[in-house]
Amino acid sequence: MKKTLGILGVLVVLGFFLYNFFVGFYNTAIEYREDAKTAWSNVESAYQRRADLIPNLVNTVKGYASHEKETLEAVIKARSQATQVKIDPTNMTPEQMAQFQQAQQGLSGALSRLLVTVEKYPDLKADKHFLELQSQLEGTENRIKVERDRYNKAVNTYDKYIQKFPGNMLASMFGFKEMARFQSDKGAEKAPKVEF
Amino acid sequence: MLLLSFIYWGSFAQTTKVPPLKIDEDGLPAKPSLQVQQNHSVYDYAGLLSPEQCRALEQKISKYYDSTSTQIVIATIPKVNDDISLYATEWAHKWGIGQKDKENGVFLLVSKDDRKVTIRTGYGVEHLLTDALSRRIIEEKIIPYFRKGDYYGGLNAGVDSIIKVLQGEFKAEPKKKESEGIPVFLIIFIIIILLIIFSSKGDNSGGGSWRSSGGGPIIFSSGGKSSWGGGSFGGFGGGGFSGGFGGGGFGGGGATGSW
Repeated sequence: MKKTLGILGVLVVLGFFLYNFFVGFYNTAIEYREDAKTAWSNVESAYQRRADLIPNLVNTVKGYASHEKETLEAVIKARSQATQVKIDPTNMTPEQMAQFQQAQQGLSGALSRLLVTVEKYPDLKADKHFLELQSQLEGTENRIKVERDRYNKAVNTYDKYIQKFPGNMLASMFGFKEMARFQSDKGAEKAPKVEF
Repeated sequence: MLLLSFIYWGSFAQTTKVPPLKIDEDGLPAKPSLQVQQNHSVYDYAGLLSPEQCRALEQKISKYYDSTSTQIVIATIPKVNDDISLYATEWAHKWGIGQKDKENGVFLLVSKDDRKVTIRTGYGVEHLLTDALSRRIIEEKIIPYFRKGDYYGGLNAGVDSIIKVLQGEFKAEPKKKESEGIPVFLIIFIIIILLIIFSSKGDNSGGGSWRSSGGGPIIFSSGGKSSWGGGSFGGFGGGGFSGGFGGGGFGGGGATGSW
């Protein structure tokens, strides 16, 4: 009688620890995943912000450089392509991520071609409205970089957590999947450093 | 008890200088200690300003902070490799400039050798101090002074413009929150002392414990007040933020210009 009680006690204690471990792992994984999802929605809203600026920008440029039709149309087309790609970050395959990135990069390319074209039009370059749009665009590109970086960091934390032993055994059981990251664009961004 | 509050008071009456720039492993400057945060809002690592000029700017920023809880921080460094906009954003984000719930931080970074100046806006001020306005402040207010080598003039005009743009948007926190600012060590210290009193009183604990636990909050409130006094009036300290950096976030808004 005493023996079975003892064994039962050990089992209860063991079960308790196991349960605690499961719960701990699960909750932390959820937390990391939610952080990464939040970071992703910040990435999306930064891209959205850029997309929202474009109609205004195109209209302003049109006023001065109406015969740059091709360049302007390319921007509009790239914008509609970029806004069409919507992604659920938790079910995202690396291919989908690459597709998203490609669409956004297409827009970046079209935009930079537009800004090169603008160089030919001094009146446009001096236009106050255009200057404001340009600085907003610059700020938005910055925001995109910042949010992408933070998203990658959040995904990194989450991915590492669910892949490490013994978490990796539980991760598949609870259905935690690796999340995709941004690959650096051409001319990869390095972490800036201070020099003395 | 009296001794305790004296020790506490003493730590705030002292002047603190901004310690030299220290870079963490992430490549960003280390966050200054709370005491430095409470005394300074200008971090002139590149040595562009005289002590009097630093103090004048700090007093202006601190005064504005007291009425609005908005935190403006100025830093100068010798040089930044790569993109100063991104670097300054991460720097401000790491230090947590601005209140956490309002995200009302503004960071002004000058890189001396790059001849670049950037304004970084916290999430909560982006809609007022827009990228376009930040650019205009840099180009029209700051750079004309910088071109003449007058760093103080440029920064002073920049801070004035930022304050003008943000006018009326934020109100200072009700001072209730002070008690949150009490250092943990003080609380632990008090608890230990209370425990000692408890155990020494032994049997007649009923009355003793009540009286001593009643003494706690009185120290709390006087301690809180002295921290405010030191932070905001700090006659020789210039002035920083009484609550330290509030943990505000930065997402890349702002503008950069060069002179």
